[in-house]
Amino acid sequence: MPVLARQIEATGIATILVTMMPYWAEKIGVPRTLAVEFPFGQTLGGPGNSGQQMRVIRQALSVLATADEPGTTIHSPEKWPQDVKQAIQGWQPAQPSPIIAELSPHFREMLRQRRKG
Amino acid sequence: MTVDSFKFLPRLIATFYQMTERAPDLPVPWTPLTKPLSECNFSLVTSGGLYVKTNQDPINLDRERKEPRWGDPSLRIIPMDIRPSEVAINHLHVNTTYVEQDINVLLPVTRMQELVRDGTIGSVAHHAYSFMGYQGYPPDTSAWESTYAPHMIDELGAEGVDCVLLTPS
Repeated sequence: MPVLARQIEATGIATILVTMMPYWAEKIGVPRTLAVEFPFGQTLGGPGNSGQQMRVIRQALSVLATADEPGTTIHSPEKWPQDVKQAIQGWQPAQPSPIIAELSPHFREMLRQRRKG
Repeated sequence: MTVDSFKFLPRLIATFYQMTERAPDLPVPWTPLTKPLSECNFSLVTSGGLYVKTNQDPINLDRERKEPRWGDPSLRIIPMDIRPSEVAINHLHVNTTYVEQDINVLLPVTRMQELVRDGTIGSVAHHAYSFMGYQGYPPDTSAWESTYAPHMIDELGAEGVDCVLLTPS
């Protein structure tokens, strides 16, 4: 998604990215970012929570209107209403994605080695 | 407050992100906004894997299940006045039930109409754009960059879009 923001911006259209992964946006270099501390899959707020969705969109529009240099990241003060454990459980698919299923054993082994090291 | 990108990630998935090397390509592109939001025409782009179930192919999940290191790069163009009941979601990396309950979680078609009505923004374009965000491992966005994004950008230009709100999932 950060690469798409860059490519659109480069053609003369102003972009604002709302993301829960500012870590990744900053690695790639995005014109304007609003960072939200939300679980994956619910970028603007929970279903039916139009108040939260609207607050996030208005914050995004404000970043769009006021940012004056490329690479601007603003962090939203918006709080996710669920507790962390519930949110971690809630955003993940019922089955791990195919790539996570394939890589998990390698990652587990790597983490084990790191702990030992 | 500073947003913690890893707050809601299990450790294995956090490792997945941290292992993916990437350095920013500089300079970062920049298009200054030259008029007030109330005069701007907006479109939306999401990577939530949305598509119109009545007349579009679903995102190809069968191939991804067979080839886990591949993700469908193709683009879906979604009418901004779509009825939410006509939209379906194909994405193996997130729980899609929230978007199924309320499309505005990712593609805020209703919220944008409200912002036009209250005068905050000028207008919304006729179409929004949807990709599926998983582009393989290691991530390869070359098909987006060479084929699908240019097509989308042509459409954005044809509809006179000034600003785009992007929502990854």
